[in-house]
Amino acid sequence: MMVTDVAHTNANVGLKTRRRRRPTWYNVVFSLMGIIWLIIAFYPVFYMLMTSLRSQQGYLLGIPWLPSLHPTFENYGTVVQAGFAHYFLNSLIVSVCSVALIIACSLLCAYVVVRSRNRIVRIIFDVFLVGLALPIQAAIIPIYVLITKMGLYDTLLGLILPSVAFGLPLTLLILVNFVRDIPNELYESMGLEGASDFRLLRHLVIPLALPALISVSIYDFVQAWNNFLFPLVLTQSDSSRVMPMAIVSFQGQYTMNVPVTMAAVLLSALPLILAYIFGRRYLLRGMLAGFGK
Amino acid sequence: MGSGMNWQRWLMIVPAVVFFAVFALFPMLMAVYYSGLTWNGIGSAKWVGLLNWGNVFHDGEALHAIVLTVEVMVLSWVFQTPISLLLGVFLAGRQKHRAVLGVFYFVPLLFSSVAIGVTWSYMLNPNFGLVDALLKSLHIGNGNQNWLGNTHLALLVVSMIIAWQFIPFHSLLYQGGVKQIPDSLYEAATIDGASVWSSFFSITLPQLKYTIITSSVLILTGSLTYFDLIYVLTDGGPGNATTVLAMDMYKQAFVNQNIGLGSVLAVILAVAGVLLSILTLRFTGFNRMESQLEGM
Repeated sequence: MMVTDVAHTNANVGLKTRRRRRPTWYNVVFSLMGIIWLIIAFYPVFYMLMTSLRSQQGYLLGIPWLPSLHPTFENYGTVVQAGFAHYFLNSLIVSVCSVALIIACSLLCAYVVVRSRNRIVRIIFDVFLVGLALPIQAAIIPIYVLITKMGLYDTLLGLILPSVAFGLPLTLLILVNFVRDIPNELYESMGLEGASDFRLLRHLVIPLALPALISVSIYDFVQAWNNFLFPLVLTQSDSSRVMPMAIVSFQGQYTMNVPVTMAAVLLSALPLILAYIFGRRYLLRGMLAGFGK
Repeated sequence: MGSGMNWQRWLMIVPAVVFFAVFALFPMLMAVYYSGLTWNGIGSAKWVGLLNWGNVFHDGEALHAIVLTVEVMVLSWVFQTPISLLLGVFLAGRQKHRAVLGVFYFVPLLFSSVAIGVTWSYMLNPNFGLVDALLKSLHIGNGNQNWLGNTHLALLVVSMIIAWQFIPFHSLLYQGGVKQIPDSLYEAATIDGASVWSSFFSITLPQLKYTIITSSVLILTGSLTYFDLIYVLTDGGPGNATTVLAMDMYKQAFVNQNIGLGSVLAVILAVAGVLLSILTLRFTGFNRMESQLEGM
């Protein structure tokens, strides 16, 4: 960590001096491309925001690419009245429970994978690695049958259980890589004092692996929050509806009322928008979890 | 304590193993079994062996879905890789305005595929959509192009929206990759009088080799799983112009209630996923991907 930080500072200085020396045509072209991409990437999001602040009348008659002169928050009221607080809570329950279970199971498992040389444990870990490759779509038909037979169709628990199973492989892989980096001497010195596995986990592994735990929790939260296939196949009624499903059924209901639907879309991304505003680095790092470290 | 296995340790791995076995592995094996059944999911099932496998390829629909999936793969790679690479290089520079631009670049990552699909379907609407209104005011085209309703355009447009959604993610990967390149390489090149072009092609690109492979494999494996966005944007249509493999699987199993045919397609998806991932491990290995996040 320390070494790379120093290297980056040097790189930083190096880049700055180099750029200052030659502010040439390619810098101009590059910046221009950067601005064009800014418009392509951000303008649709800006469109969501300004449309959500229009009245239906204003949407049909106004200039679509400019913000309304008389912004209104009415659409957000409509969305809340349509039961979105309930759907939001459902999403929150499913996501938080899934993340908690994924992290707890993977952390315990990662500890054992790192600390023991047992052959069966090796094989189990290899099976999890194969699991990384399996698309959720490939298992959805039997999952539907299984959840129905368990009597969990159309319940939040029926969404949580398969989400945990499919969240495990990547989370486990990342945590194993992290726990592996903890020096063996630390385990040994605590082990000599007679510390149990659970004590080692609590006082050594969790504190040292905290950055990884946060990153991977964010990744799992985003996955659970935005998951659409499980709710589409495994739920039906209003009482177990989660945010992505709510948007789709809302769009069907208010086909022509674009401003209200845009307000619903923005509310559906609210936790991630807040996370981005307050902890941009953490969120981006979390979303890249597993593909970087 | 040592490194052996006591009952405590067996207990510690039980939850993960049970979850994974019951809700992932077992369903995957069941999919293979279901592919040999004639079953609507409710009534009694009948074992028919490989009949579904024959039927699924007989009418050409499955082949069509496979071809579309490969097309989406290729289009995704072609749209996403060059732009992500350039953006990553651009953002790895340290000027202040880049940091500000970067904040806005990654906002699309905050929205689910459903949210993105709904928004784009409104923006592309031929009657009241933003895109046609803009083109009309700029006097480009006739102003009422049916982007998603046109058989020849739909898959292209869907792939472009997919690119819009995922380019931010891949440019983050490249940004991390560029920051790992030792600055001394560029300094040496500058002293040798290398142009910006030649240092890009002889230093940046070769140094990003593993990032390019990682990102490409993620694009290819990801292409198998595009479902949410297509479901919202076109529902596989018009006709079956955007019915990729995952979409076809969903339709067969949950709309036509033909569990057997759907399962055949599910098994094909799983096999394709595993094959692509074996390639991942062969070419990259997870160890080589370490530490791309540092310096973000």
